[in-house]
Amino acid sequence: MNLGEILNILDADILTCASSLQKTVESAYCADLMSDVLSFSTTKSLLITGLTNVQVIRTAEMAAIELIIFVQGKRPDLRTINLAIEKNIPLFATGLSMFEACGRLYERGLRSQVHIYSQSPFGSCRTGAS
Amino acid sequence: MPHRGLVKVCLEEGVFFLTGKDFTNAGAASSSLKGILERLGVRKDIIRRTAIAAFEAEMNVIIYAVAGMMKYRITDTEISVIINDMGHGIPNIELAMTEGYSTAPDYVREMGFGSGMGLPNIRKNTDSLTVDSVVGEGTTMEFVIQLNAVN
Repeated sequence: MNLGEILNILDADILTCASSLQKTVESAYCADLMSDVLSFSTTKSLLITGLTNVQVIRTAEMAAIELIIFVQGKRPDLRTINLAIEKNIPLFATGLSMFEACGRLYERGLRSQVHIYSQSPFGSCRTGAS
Repeated sequence: MPHRGLVKVCLEEGVFFLTGKDFTNAGAASSSLKGILERLGVRKDIIRRTAIAAFEAEMNVIIYAVAGMMKYRITDTEISVIINDMGHGIPNIELAMTEGYSTAPDYVREMGFGSGMGLPNIRKNTDSLTVDSVVGEGTTMEFVIQLNAVN
C-alpha cells in the first residue's frame, strides 16, 4: 500500500513534505507505548499513534518505521515535525480515532506482520492462571 | 591484511555523553551511532537491532541516572557498546530483566516509556549482554552485536 492511498483512506493531512507519497509500506503497527514499538514493530511498517512528542520520532527512527500517523486530530509541535523532516520520516495527521484509522486500513488489506505474540509477558493474566 | 579473522580490525570508536532528564536530546547518541553504521555500510537489520538496543539503553540513562556515557567500538566483525552511568543502580538485575517489570515514574510512562520492556528488548536484539550494577553508584552495561550474523 503506498502513502498516497493511505492519505486518502484516512482523510489525513501531510505534516512533512509530499514527495514521499509513492513510498510503500507492507504492514502496520499501532501503539501509544514507545517501548512496545521498540519491542514488537517490524520493518517496512507504518506506526499509528496518539502520542505526539519528540520521542515518537526517535523511536520510529530506531525501529526503521516508514510513516507515522497521528490520530484523534492531535498535532505534534514544530520541533517534533522538524526532527521528522531531518530524519526523513513522513508524518500524517487524521481526525479519525485510532480504532477507526486501524479499521479502515485493515479493511483495505493492510495487516500487521506478526499476528500472535507467543511470548506475551502477561500471558498468565489472560489465561487466568494463578 | 595479516591475521584477519583472528585480530579484530577497529573501524571506528568513540563516545557520547548523556545527561539525565534531558528528554529533548534523548536518543541523539543512538541516532548518531545509527548514522555511523549507515556510513560504514552495515547491513540494515543489524543497524536496526543496534539502534533499538542503544536507544533503550540511552533512555534508561536519561530516565534514571544523573549522567552517563555511551562508548562504541565497531570492528570488522562486531559492534560493541558500553553504557555506564552515575545513577541509583539496579538492586535486582534479574527482576529488571523480567518483561513488564518497571520502576519508572508516571511522567516517563506518559512519554511512552517505562513499560518494563527495556532490558528484555536489549537482550532480544543483541548477541551478548552483561549488566553490572552497584546500588547508589551506577550501572554498566555492555552489549555486542555480530556483524556476520545470519539474518
